[in-house]
Amino acid sequence: MDQRPALSVTGSGDSLVLSASGNWTVLEAERLDNEIGQVLKVPGGVRRVDIDLSGIDRFDTAGAWLIHRTARELIKGGAEVAYTGIGPSREILLGEVEKSDHEPAPPRKSPPIVLQMVEDTGNVVIESGRDLAKLTELLGNSLIIMVSFVFKPWKFRLTSITFHLEYMALRAVPIIALISFLIGGIILQQGAYQLRYFGAEILSIDLAGILVLREIGLILTAIMVAGRSGSAITAEIGSMKMREEIDALQTLALDPVEVLIVPRMIALIIAMPLLTFVADMAALTGAGLVAWIYIDMPPASYIPYLRNAVEVNTFLVGLIKAPFMALVIGMIACLEGLQVQGSAESLGRQTTASVVKAIFMVIVLDGLFAMFFAAIDY
Amino acid sequence: MQPPAAKGAGDSAGENREAIVRARGIKVGFGATNIIDGLDLDVYRGEVLGVVGGSGTGKSVLLRTLVGLLPRRGGTIEMFGVDVDSANTEERRAVERRWGILFQQGALFSSLTVKQNIQVPMREHLQMPQALMDELAELKIAMVGLNPDAADKFPSELSGGMIKRASLARALALDPDLVFLDEPTSGLDPIGAADFDDLISKMRETLGLTVFMVTHDLDSLFSICDRVAALGNKKILVAGDLKTVIENPDPWIQEYFRGKRARGMAARISRS
Ligand SMILES: Nc1ncnc2c1ncn2[C@@H]1O[C@H](COP(=O)(O)OP(=O)(O)OP(=O)(O)O)[C@@H](O)[C@H]1O
Ligand SMILES: [Mg+2]
Repeated sequence: MDQRPALSVTGSGDSLVLSASGNWTVLEAERLDNEIGQVLKVPGGVRRVDIDLSGIDRFDTAGAWLIHRTARELIKGGAEVAYTGIGPSREILLGEVEKSDHEPAPPRKSPPIVLQMVEDTGNVVIESGRDLAKLTELLGNSLIIMVSFVFKPWKFRLTSITFHLEYMALRAVPIIALISFLIGGIILQQGAYQLRYFGAEILSIDLAGILVLREIGLILTAIMVAGRSGSAITAEIGSMKMREEIDALQTLALDPVEVLIVPRMIALIIAMPLLTFVADMAALTGAGLVAWIYIDMPPASYIPYLRNAVEVNTFLVGLIKAPFMALVIGMIACLEGLQVQGSAESLGRQTTASVVKAIFMVIVLDGLFAMFFAAIDY
Repeated sequence: MQPPAAKGAGDSAGENREAIVRARGIKVGFGATNIIDGLDLDVYRGEVLGVVGGSGTGKSVLLRTLVGLLPRRGGTIEMFGVDVDSANTEERRAVERRWGILFQQGALFSSLTVKQNIQVPMREHLQMPQALMDELAELKIAMVGLNPDAADKFPSELSGGMIKRASLARALALDPDLVFLDEPTSGLDPIGAADFDDLISKMRETLGLTVFMVTHDLDSLFSICDRVAALGNKKILVAGDLKTVIENPDPWIQEYFRGKRARGMAARISRS
């Protein structure tokens, strides 16, 4: 028997016979779909159509659907349709398919594009407002819990915090030290080149020292932490949210903020200043090395010079900012994690948002600090 | 309702029938322990095989091993007469296209709607116009007993039972010859579960579908399974028609079929 599926039309006048043959399966559905389209164009004023299924070799639900749909169209066109050569099992299948033929649900309507844009813009603004409110709420909640540790020290989750500290601080040291070392060297080298025209290349050490300690060490660390730990926090909390683990915590009378968020926040707040310090030292080492090579300043004279060039407050300015950066990164990461919806896609989206927002906020905050320290002349 | 099933126990029964799945000496384990050790199993064309066993005996592990998701420590598996170890990629793809799987947890793609989930295998394996795919997906959705408006919902918006139905629809998307079902009726209301059984037996009758079904549902076992395989002690304890299995002296089987939940099922079967 011919395996190629086909639908042929015979008969004349107001009575037609459609004979189906070959394999009517999902694998052939595309070809059949085309063929049926051709056949359906033919009839006009046909009163009776017999659909002969006896030539069909293999038959599955896709084939049954195509037969059923053809019959339905013909009936809609005013013809009377009967099946012939249909075995008992195919009859059951056709019956099942017929039973399942509902009107498709109306597609979800989308408004015109202009309205959609207006609506989206509005939504973004409203969302940002809500974000801010939620951020404040989360911050307040976490602070209350942190303060309560003073009165209920047994609630302090030391194990959890140490665990997070290891990942956030200890394991971040090599990469942060490395990039800071390189950046420190680059700043000094560039500074030395430019200042050489003024015969003041020694000042490049002042430049590198102040820049690194006040800004670069901290910013580099914050960006690295946002990318490393911020994304991890969002993904962890987000996938717990996805699998209803956060709901489970709540029903066990545990506060997710206390169990999940506060330990991570505390770990971050401890880790940031430590990492910033590491970054500062690595960058100054890098600068020292380049100073030795480029401007013939051996460590023995680089270190005393540096000590004169920067004051303690320059160093402290960087470190003071660190815990605040940690707070911002942690808050944003946790909040984004809590906003993950059911799908893997949304987890990816929130993780991206977490990193982008955290880096943006770190830079904004750093700007505010710069204005603040300038105003108090520190 | 009960079709004439293979008489007698296990493998000797179906010598004359074609085994779609033939597993021999399967050994699977994690770490130091073996979950399955020296398991033999045949699934014959056109039958519904029910696999029972206590929680954690390795039913899901067995299913995942058969479809090649878990590595084996030993043994051979033949699917549709093809030894999966010696098959090349092409042959293996062809085999994979002929089966559908319903995972215990549903495993729907979370960022696609139900309709898109069902269309994934169609889109990947066939070239079909979108309109036809939509029609077929809607047909499958209706056949598994979901409301038409579930088509555009995302998995996270579905109830547990709806997830089961949607994953069955995806498993059936390409009208496979063989389906693996991991507890298809758990999480369904009794009426829904009966509909499910009904659908599966209709598909078996009309399409010659072969079904490997892990289940704890005694009603399913009773109403649609041609053969039952009981898993325990890392092996198939007994496989055969329900009567054979019930008469097996193994204490777990006795407890399972004669316990309070069984509601005199054993008695009902021995009488019939
Ligand atoms: N990925 C894995 N790693 C380690 N152990 C596993 C893994 N998957 C399953 N197991 C172990 O294998 C055993 C069998 O698990 P399996 O999921 O097959 O049980 P089951 O028979 O399907 O039970 P249930 O009826 O509850 O679904 C269990 O003891 C489980 O802990
Ligand atoms: Mg299981």
